[in-house]
Amino acid sequence: MERARDKFLPVTIILAALVVVWYVGAVMLNAPFQRDLDRRGDVTRSTMDFVGATLSQPKPTLPAPHQVARNFFENTFLRKVSSNRSLVYHAWITLSSTLLGFAFGTALGIAIAVGIVHFISLDRSLMPWIIASQTIPILAIAPMVIVVFAAIGVTGIIPKALISTYLSFFPVVVGMVKGLRSPELTHLDLMHTYNASSAQTFWKLRVPASVPFLFASMKVGVAASLVGAIVAELPTGAVAGIGAKLLSGSYYSQSIDMWAALVAGSVVAVILVTLVGLAGRITEKMMGARPA
Amino acid sequence: MSAQPNSTIPAWRSLAAVVVAVVIAAFVLHALDDPAFVAGRKGAGLTLAVAVWFLAWWGNASLSYYHPKSLTLARLRDGFVALSFGLVLLFFWEVLVRLFEVPFILLPPPSAIGVRIANSIPILAADVYQTIFKAVIAGYAMGCLSGFAVAILADRFLFLRRGLLPIGNMVSALPIIGVAPIMVMWFGFDWQSKAAVVTIMTFFPMLVNTVAGLAATGQMERDLMRTYASGYWQSLFKLRLPEAAPFIFNALKINSTLALIGAIVAEFFGTPVVGMGFRISTEVGRMNIDMVWAEIAVAALCGSVFYGVIALIERAVTFWHPSVRGGQA
Repeated sequence: MERARDKFLPVTIILAALVVVWYVGAVMLNAPFQRDLDRRGDVTRSTMDFVGATLSQPKPTLPAPHQVARNFFENTFLRKVSSNRSLVYHAWITLSSTLLGFAFGTALGIAIAVGIVHFISLDRSLMPWIIASQTIPILAIAPMVIVVFAAIGVTGIIPKALISTYLSFFPVVVGMVKGLRSPELTHLDLMHTYNASSAQTFWKLRVPASVPFLFASMKVGVAASLVGAIVAELPTGAVAGIGAKLLSGSYYSQSIDMWAALVAGSVVAVILVTLVGLAGRITEKMMGARPA
Repeated sequence: MSAQPNSTIPAWRSLAAVVVAVVIAAFVLHALDDPAFVAGRKGAGLTLAVAVWFLAWWGNASLSYYHPKSLTLARLRDGFVALSFGLVLLFFWEVLVRLFEVPFILLPPPSAIGVRIANSIPILAADVYQTIFKAVIAGYAMGCLSGFAVAILADRFLFLRRGLLPIGNMVSALPIIGVAPIMVMWFGFDWQSKAAVVTIMTFFPMLVNTVAGLAATGQMERDLMRTYASGYWQSLFKLRLPEAAPFIFNALKINSTLALIGAIVAEFFGTPVVGMGFRISTEVGRMNIDMVWAEIAVAALCGSVFYGVIALIERAVTFWHPSVRGGQA
């Protein structure tokens, strides 16, 4: 009961308030165009009728929530999955390059973190550049990476995945460095009294200690991967994927389609982050961690 | 384990290694201008380049183990190690690209990019003005200020905090960048739509971090303020905001990167004929890859300067924080 009162009630009320604000905003933003339309068509409407009309335009400035929901539902559940109007199809295209890039990024991030923890010179020389590399608006490189790879005949999933890789390796490096360094001095001393070699210390102390950090940073990394995959679809006029759907929506002012694609992207993001969190919890449980 | 002091190699010897590396590097760069060398001596060129790499590496590694007494010297050493690593990377890039005659489209050598930057400063300056000084700064200020204001509200009202925080945390995982086409539709092609995207992108990190920072004050300190009979606003300004400053600056730093990304990506959806995102997407289409790299280098520079300025302000404002004073945080 307390949980319901303290957690779900406030979130629900605020979400409901947001939906109300959204409806009001939709009426207000769509009203000028509707008024214009009515004047030209010589239609006089009652206030309620007018509000109804603003909420059911085919290409509204701000689509009403129910329009987006209907579009999302139709394109997700009612279409064949293989149809190129199906959001599931587009989400799958984006998801596949997200996952590939995320896998690369995590592997690369872990490798770099292990290197940094073991070689102090790597820490001094590489770490500043890794941090600097993230102040670069890397998504800006996305179009170039894709066009350049296309020029040498590499198209499809790999270039998109590379951008996801670049975006996702950084959180993993930072998190893993922190995690591998998280054992306290007393623990390290204990390993020392056991006469453990540095490999043993690494596998039996540092790696288990880093697992919670790894999953926390993987959550950030998977969200970044998805953003990378979506943006990677923008500049090349890709025909499939959430980003392509956004782009074609913006070309033809199909605002409802755009919002539905945005919702689809958000759903994918939430699913991915939840899955990583779940995997983390299961792993920690199997390693004998007490639930917090 | 990782920080074995290795003082057997004196600092002058590692510096000598670096000097030798520089001499060989200069020789290789000079030789690359000779077509015969590029055609016939690929192996020799590569060997020398690898030698430079190893010398610089060894010099850096031994320098990393050198622990000077004074803080300035240590900072100088860290800067030197980082800088030389970057230079070696650039050198390797240049040598590999020119030695193996990598197609210009695939990867232009850094020297060509440098020349391009020098030759197109007016264009680059106009792009930076449009994207950074108009869109990014406006959006960044609006996003951070509104995020901060809502965070104060959320701090004041428990109900708001309980409702907004889970939403804010979830939104940080969403691909918010996707609102870019919608904002372009609403606010037109000019900088206003980019500023809107930046505002939305920077709002939530600021909100979440500020709320976390305001919660960071300990019960003891709050009790102390209570015994002084200070009100909500007094304890906010004198205790809790200073305590939250590291969190707020963290958000400001995260947002500096997000803001650049947001503005540049929003320009892919439509812009006037100026701007960094516009330049990148059109020059890619025209296969002027060196111009794209020039734009990226400028973007990287702007991003780093932006980040650096915030880091400097942070040092000045949170001078009391252990991580600034050089102790252990």
